[in-house]
Amino acid sequence: MLLFAKPVPPNEDKRWRLVDATMRRHGQQSRGLIEALHTVQEAFGYLDDLSLRYVATSLRVPLSRAYGVATFYHFFTLKPAGQHTCVICTGTACYIKGAPLLLDAIQKDLGVLPGETTTDGKVSFLTARCLGSCGLAPAVVYDQEVAGKVSPQALREHLSQWTRHDA
Amino acid sequence: MTPDELSEIAETERESQKRFKHRVNVCLAAGCVSCQSQAVKDALDKDISRRGWGEHCQAKGVGCMGLCAEGPLVSTGTTIGNERLYKRVGAADAAEILDSLEGPLVSRLHCATDVPFFQRQKKIVLENSGVIDPERIEDYIAAEGYYALIRAVTEMTPREVVEEVMKSGLRGRGGAGYPTGLKWSTVAKSFGTQKFVICNADEGDPGAFMDRSVLESDPHRVLEGMLIAAYAVGSSDGYIYVRAEYPLAIKRLRAAIRQAERAGLLGANICGTRFSFKIDLRLGAGAFVCGEETALIASVEGKRGTPRARPPYPAMQGLLGQPTLINNVETFANVPPIVRNGGDWYAQIGTEKSKGTKVFALAGRVQNTGLVEVPMGITLREMVFEIGGGIPDGRKFKAVQTGGPSGGCLPTEALDQPVDYESLARLGSIMGSGGMIVIDESSCMVDVAKYFMDFCMTESCGKCTPCRVGTYQMHRILSSITNMTATPEDLAMLEEFCDLLKHTSLCGLGQSAPNPVVSTLKSFAAEYKAHIEDHTCPAGVCGKAPGGERA
Repeated sequence: MLLFAKPVPPNEDKRWRLVDATMRRHGQQSRGLIEALHTVQEAFGYLDDLSLRYVATSLRVPLSRAYGVATFYHFFTLKPAGQHTCVICTGTACYIKGAPLLLDAIQKDLGVLPGETTTDGKVSFLTARCLGSCGLAPAVVYDQEVAGKVSPQALREHLSQWTRHDA
Repeated sequence: MTPDELSEIAETERESQKRFKHRVNVCLAAGCVSCQSQAVKDALDKDISRRGWGEHCQAKGVGCMGLCAEGPLVSTGTTIGNERLYKRVGAADAAEILDSLEGPLVSRLHCATDVPFFQRQKKIVLENSGVIDPERIEDYIAAEGYYALIRAVTEMTPREVVEEVMKSGLRGRGGAGYPTGLKWSTVAKSFGTQKFVICNADEGDPGAFMDRSVLESDPHRVLEGMLIAAYAVGSSDGYIYVRAEYPLAIKRLRAAIRQAERAGLLGANICGTRFSFKIDLRLGAGAFVCGEETALIASVEGKRGTPRARPPYPAMQGLLGQPTLINNVETFANVPPIVRNGGDWYAQIGTEKSKGTKVFALAGRVQNTGLVEVPMGITLREMVFEIGGGIPDGRKFKAVQTGGPSGGCLPTEALDQPVDYESLARLGSIMGSGGMIVIDESSCMVDVAKYFMDFCMTESCGKCTPCRVGTYQMHRILSSITNMTATPEDLAMLEEFCDLLKHTSLCGLGQSAPNPVVSTLKSFAAEYKAHIEDHTCPAGVCGKAPGGERA
């Protein structure tokens, strides 16, 4: 039988221990791939080449499969997020109640498409399929905080707070 | 845990609850939490301790109370019947609410509960929602929780449990409506070295939030349902596949699993019997197709969520090639009351072929947005105009959309039809998981159809060609219609695609993707015609130039 030596983490960063713990919990089996990627994203914010390679070799899956999984699921991101994130819900209830107007407003104001970050790295603009907060439609998440019944006006004001200050 | 021990916990909990003369329940489910209901709860706690009322008054975090659009919701009173419901409560209102406990109600915040929205509901799945603290197992046990499990494993054989579920007539609440008892008996009869029970909590339909609410408001109910199912089919391992987008539901499920393990209700040798079962969470990562059972299994195995051809059905060969039972959250939540009260009791509710109740997430252009549980067979008109309170801003009703991207849009003529699996299917829609979106005259139906097609196009996993290419082509034609550049030939082509996708796609996503188009073509053909022949959008939504401004 071939002996398999588990690779060492790519660097000294302590967060790799969290990733290792998740992989151990799933018995270092390929089945734990998605869970391991979740842990990486939680710890590092996004998945990069380094972490994908590390997880793939640790779980003994081809790099292509790890990359395939990482790009298949919307929840995973391969790019670091901006300082702030603005998520616009595009669920049916929000769509009916005016989410397209919000999308237009943000695209015009920031000049970015959904999934992109402004060039100064300040704001990431994302869309969500449905937040399940349909009672608050149209809903927007500003840095983890859900805001309900958002008008394009209110959205613009919130965004200008982020882009104006150097905070 | 023995039945006596369970009764003891329930008794102790009820005693300790009786101590409180007054109780203030604050909704801590996601809808209200995003309107800062946690701050309301904190303010109440602080004020209660400042007044030295800790002995006889308690502020309790509970699950969803239903009327999500009016959150944060707070209810006071300890007995059923004299509760008072307050809406849009802020942290600053805490003192006023506490002052009112022994006096007249705070009319400024009061929300009437003698309206159809509350009166027309029949709560089975949601009976504990908004009543018990979802983070405490004792509260669930005091509300008769886990009795059904103990009864099943100590007094019934697995076959008797399956028969009880079969007798109840319960059908899958995920959308397709496959008889639950039949599925259970297939898994029970299948041979495998190991069997799995999976709870499908990957609520992907946009505009649907029933499962999230059940998980956040009553997580133990889902665990109990899974445990009973596992006993019935002979499984020892279970997974809950839950969306990573629902952090609160995940947190409460994790806590509930820990508590149940500590209480000996989950783990090895439950109730001193040979039955052992453990439950693990698996986080979804935002792929709609993973709601399809074979795709879900692939995802639990750590792969891309792509479906495969059936048969073999998961009931024969599922997770790791072993027999696997997959049911939706709401289906599992229906199981404990069925075992507790008997299948015959459940079969009395609802219509001949669709038994029991169904939870709907009512949203869109309707007065009362929120979560409702109604008996099957209620008419759409009752749903929209009585429970939903009609259309706001004096606008006119246009359609109601059920079943998400796989469902259809039902016009005014369908309003008097009952809501059950068969009737909705006959009308060209589906029951779906329970999203119900009301659309008024300000929306363009072609645009709505395009919206759903865009959804299916993005979410198509790409494995089979009809779905991958077909959804793209259909979206392209719909876009040209909304851009006013389509020709009558395009429309004929669109109809052809509907047929093609329905009959040749690999899984439910592609097969049902044309439904929104088919149903709008049937009921709102005039709108399509206006776009193509007269180059106008009757609702004034669609722009003239490609990528142009929306009206």
